[in-house]
Amino acid sequence: MIEVRQLHKSFGAQEVLDGISFRIESGESVAIIGRSGGGKSVLLKHLIGLLQPDSGEVLIDGENIVRMNERQLLGVRRKFGMVFQGAALFDSMTVSENVAFGLRRHEHLTEAEISRRVAATLELVDLPGTENKNSAELSGGMRKRVGLARAIIYEPQIVLYDEPTTGLDPIVSDSIDQLILRVRDRLKVTTVVVTHDMRTARRVGQRILMLNEKKLYATGPADEFFASRDAVVRQFIDGVADAKEN
Amino acid sequence: MNLLANRRVHDTLNGLGQITLLARDAFASLLRLRMTWRDVLFQIYFIGVKSQLVVLVTGAFTGMVLGAQTYFQFHKVKMDTASLAVVGVSMCSELGPVLTALMVAGRVGASMAAEIGTMRVTEQIDALRTLATHPVDYLVVPRLVAAHIVLPLLTVESVVMGIGAGYLVGVYLLGIDPTYLWYNMLHFTHDVDLVIGLVKAFIFGGIIALIGCYKGMTCGLGAQGVGRATTEAVVYASISILIANFFLTLVMGKLVGQL
Repeated sequence: MIEVRQLHKSFGAQEVLDGISFRIESGESVAIIGRSGGGKSVLLKHLIGLLQPDSGEVLIDGENIVRMNERQLLGVRRKFGMVFQGAALFDSMTVSENVAFGLRRHEHLTEAEISRRVAATLELVDLPGTENKNSAELSGGMRKRVGLARAIIYEPQIVLYDEPTTGLDPIVSDSIDQLILRVRDRLKVTTVVVTHDMRTARRVGQRILMLNEKKLYATGPADEFFASRDAVVRQFIDGVADAKEN
Repeated sequence: MNLLANRRVHDTLNGLGQITLLARDAFASLLRLRMTWRDVLFQIYFIGVKSQLVVLVTGAFTGMVLGAQTYFQFHKVKMDTASLAVVGVSMCSELGPVLTALMVAGRVGASMAAEIGTMRVTEQIDALRTLATHPVDYLVVPRLVAAHIVLPLLTVESVVMGIGAGYLVGVYLLGIDPTYLWYNMLHFTHDVDLVIGLVKAFIFGGIIALIGCYKGMTCGLGAQGVGRATTEAVVYASISILIANFFLTLVMGKLVGQL
């Protein structure tokens, strides 16, 4: 379970998050939406302790991670897997080395067992037989899949996705959406997806959280949210620019 | 103007403090053996084996120039055969460790800053953290341990090349008697000179790795940030080596009774 209480974050004079509070239950699938530069990724990074808030609390299974140092956070992070916007693959490693990274460092397994689990995880993300490819040889969609394989190989309880479909064509985006759902259903993980892609949000989010003007503007089950008549919510869902932006 | 100076002093002190904290974290990680020996071995290969050519060439030509220059001066007072002794003492305690460290700082310090800096701007360091891996354990400690091990070894190579090349220049180009040349070198170059050089090289290794890693881990965003971090890593490491060398010479000279 993830709980955020009164989270405030500024970078210098620029305030990004202003008193955000919400709760995500175990096994739930939540999409966080909002405009580009609106603090979605910043919020996501607070959930796993990559950023520290100016004030407020982030509780993971009841444990406040805000006052933890980097070493203490390492233990909490073993509950998480995270897929980055640009995949953040280790570019000096092959696909197999990337995917096996967490296993090699934290679990005492034989090479045969590691190879078996890498192959099984690559199969799950529809990339069988790519173990020996270099990460530089991969397309954008393949990089995201390898990033996901790396995040889920040690079977975390929570998977965070930072803009999983940004920069991908609609067909590849669709396959990534399906993959997110497959991972959620097979591994029974809590899923948090940050996106400004409404199609992805509608597909993977059982519940939607919308950030607007540094605050949590709206939240609700996906069906209700997408049927909302609120002007700000409608404008974002329908993708209508402000008059001043035309 | 005053504000600018204050900011410079503040930034410098802040940087020194951060490097000290990084060194503390690395030492704590080292004591708990959190790094893997596979990573250390790879860094030994990268820092040591790949630096062979540059270190050997630097050592050889330094010994040759020093031998020739010393001969030109000593010849005036009929002390030709003492030329290689100057080369021996200088290479062991000063030029060997300092020039080796400066060359490695240029090659390896820059590379460490660029590699870690690129990892930072492409979120690979954040990815490490999400995989429950402390960046100090994975990125800093193997480089630090490898640099501490490799610098003394490279220094020995540089010293051997320098003395050997100085000997060849003295005997075959300048016509100095080889027996007395070699005898005087052995007579005036003591074990303690080499020990001083090795201690310095060990410390310089730490300076290069710490500054290279620190600059990479704190670099600014984008290509410009990585470029600046790379340049600063080389400049700061080189200056730190020269300053540290002065104080190490004083302290160790005092300790071995040369002062």
